[in-house]
Amino acid sequence: MKQLLVFIRKEFYHVFRDRRTLLIMFGLPIAQILLFGFALTSEVKNVKIIIADNAKDVNAQQIINKIKASAYFIVEEATLNYNDIEKAFKKGDIKCVVIFPANFGNDLLGIGKAQIQIIADGSDPNTAKTLINFLTAIITDYQRQISPVADLPYTIIAETRMLYNEESNGSLNFIPGVLALVLMIVCTALTSVAVVREKELGTMEILLVSPFKPVMVLIAKAIPYLILSLCNFILILLLSVFVLNVPVQGSILLLFLESMLFILACLSFGLLISNTTNSQQTALLLSMMGMMLPTLIFTGFIFPLENMPWIFQIISNIIPARWYYLIVKSIMLKGLGFQYVWKETLVLVAMTVILLSIALKNFKKRLS
Amino acid sequence: MRVLRYILQKEFLQIFRDKTILIMMFAMPTIQLAIIPFAINFNVKNINISVVDHDHSSLSQRLITKVGSSGYFRYVSADLSYNDALQHIEKGQADLIMEIPAGFEKNLVREGVQKIALTVDAINGTKASLGAGYLNSIIADFSKNIQLNIISDPKALMPQATIEVTYSNWFNPSAEYKYYIVPGVLVLLLTLIGGFISAVNIVKEKEVGTIEQINVTPIKKWEFILGKMIPFWVIAMVVFTIGLIVMWLVYGIIPKGNFVVLYLFASVYLIAILGAGLLISTYSDNQLQAMFIAFFFMMIFMLMSGLFTSIESMPAWARMIANLTPITHFIKVVRMIVLKGSGLNDIKIELLYEVLFAVVLNGWAIWNYRKTT
Repeated sequence: MKQLLVFIRKEFYHVFRDRRTLLIMFGLPIAQILLFGFALTSEVKNVKIIIADNAKDVNAQQIINKIKASAYFIVEEATLNYNDIEKAFKKGDIKCVVIFPANFGNDLLGIGKAQIQIIADGSDPNTAKTLINFLTAIITDYQRQISPVADLPYTIIAETRMLYNEESNGSLNFIPGVLALVLMIVCTALTSVAVVREKELGTMEILLVSPFKPVMVLIAKAIPYLILSLCNFILILLLSVFVLNVPVQGSILLLFLESMLFILACLSFGLLISNTTNSQQTALLLSMMGMMLPTLIFTGFIFPLENMPWIFQIISNIIPARWYYLIVKSIMLKGLGFQYVWKETLVLVAMTVILLSIALKNFKKRLS
Repeated sequence: MRVLRYILQKEFLQIFRDKTILIMMFAMPTIQLAIIPFAINFNVKNINISVVDHDHSSLSQRLITKVGSSGYFRYVSADLSYNDALQHIEKGQADLIMEIPAGFEKNLVREGVQKIALTVDAINGTKASLGAGYLNSIIADFSKNIQLNIISDPKALMPQATIEVTYSNWFNPSAEYKYYIVPGVLVLLLTLIGGFISAVNIVKEKEVGTIEQINVTPIKKWEFILGKMIPFWVIAMVVFTIGLIVMWLVYGIIPKGNFVVLYLFASVYLIAILGAGLLISTYSDNQLQAMFIAFFFMMIFMLMSGLFTSIESMPAWARMIANLTPITHFIKVVRMIVLKGSGLNDIKIELLYEVLFAVVLNGWAIWNYRKTT
């Protein structure tokens, strides 16, 4: 036991000596929370559009004023032919062109029917779709103004209630995601390097010829990162509560224990990587470059998992972060108790046990 | 020049010696590019819905059938009470509840207006708002159908003057998301490879101690940095080419624009990003540190680059940071060239930016590399 403590202290020295890594470890969640909280939004705002008004009459002008009044667009007026439109799109700043044909107002009032053409830059389909919807809504609204339709009988009104998030706080959705992502990457990368570095520098030999049990070497390596990751977890929680005003609805103790379990799963994965690779470069490339995109995508916090092809939904099941993400969502945001997350917890426990036993089995006492 | 040739020879030998890393450098981006864009999709389908029907009338049945046949919703349960249905939301099986009150049909006919309650799990923001939006428009459509059936003179419902809106999506007529996301993911993977590998390179020599041997030779600082850069530049260009092939084979996307312009931009961009990696390398003491610093910046740059969310909608300070990163411009330009066929003239400002990044980052790396400790 005393030996173990000595070893853990040695590992702590390693960690604290490297100030910059430590700084990044805690800087990463701070930067991510700030970015997701204040910079990134899936809304469409400040989009530059061109309005080509070939009609120059009252009705067209009224619609143009309505479009200008909305906060979504930066409107530029110009007369364009088709080649000009293509040129404008190729330059990349303009996302959409609205064309009023000549005689727009006359057609509208005389025949009772007029056309407006919208051409969107489809290379960004999401923005294009949103823009078309906004513009159509504005135009429909105008049409209702000039030719009102009486209120009708037989109307069904849907009353919508937003559960758990009455004010539609956009921060809610990504905090569990950031938690999962940061813990996963930081834990896995740090532990994966811990063993390989000693192998690469040759100090592993010294550890292995000592009377200390090899398993203990692994445990001693994992403990400092476990503690640091828990600190990281607490930091993220504090940020989300005090900076983003997202309170913890459920039991903090339960959330803490579940996080500890997830961290253990990540540590085991890191140890597994470090036992099966021989250079820090390989270990780091695997744990960071290899894990970054899959973790980001298969937790389902940016893109809903349900929309993915079935094969990806199956693949996502083997990513521990996915299960942790579900657990955090249930406990932290919905305020649910253990009876709602026991299945996910069981999956994480099983993953941890499997990863850890493979890691231990692969840990060779003799090097090459 | 001869010195440069020797250091190049050494670097290439070193790269080809470590087969694991070599395979990883090529296989990881190829596989990820072939798989990940399939998973990225903003179209919301399969919204899970629980129904509580207190009315059990023919009209409520018709509404339920209509919602089910829209293609967006999937019924997970029909519950007897709201609390039963809430259980499904709490367990994460359902995204929203539609509750039809007792007397729905009777009230609608007698009083002309009837409310139904929708309860949405709003934690998943996009899905919640889109789901509620779809459901609202289906219900509005449903009431219009009843009106048309019941009211004898449908003309009374029609407005006097209608404006017809026609729209078209250029460059991507069916508005498929893959055209947007595949070029972006290619850029991201290329950046990860270039940035990470160059970031750990010089540090490795520091950590293992071989840098001392290089420092005692008469090699000049710029020769050393250049010698480190060229091999990775070659590898990254090959990865880029493989990426373009994957883009063609798997997604059927062939660049519309000029390949020379595309490669010119990619080569300048790679010099910039490799320079950033080498700069991190000269500042770091060990590989873990270098990797962490590189990861930190890449994570931030990636999130801000407009890969997933649009840059225009960010606040002004964030847009400024986004414009100060090379990756933002590269993603924009690759999308422009590949999808719209933009020419050199359309991208010259972005190209200028990249040249500037390349000069500053590499100059800084050379300046910061010390031959003495």
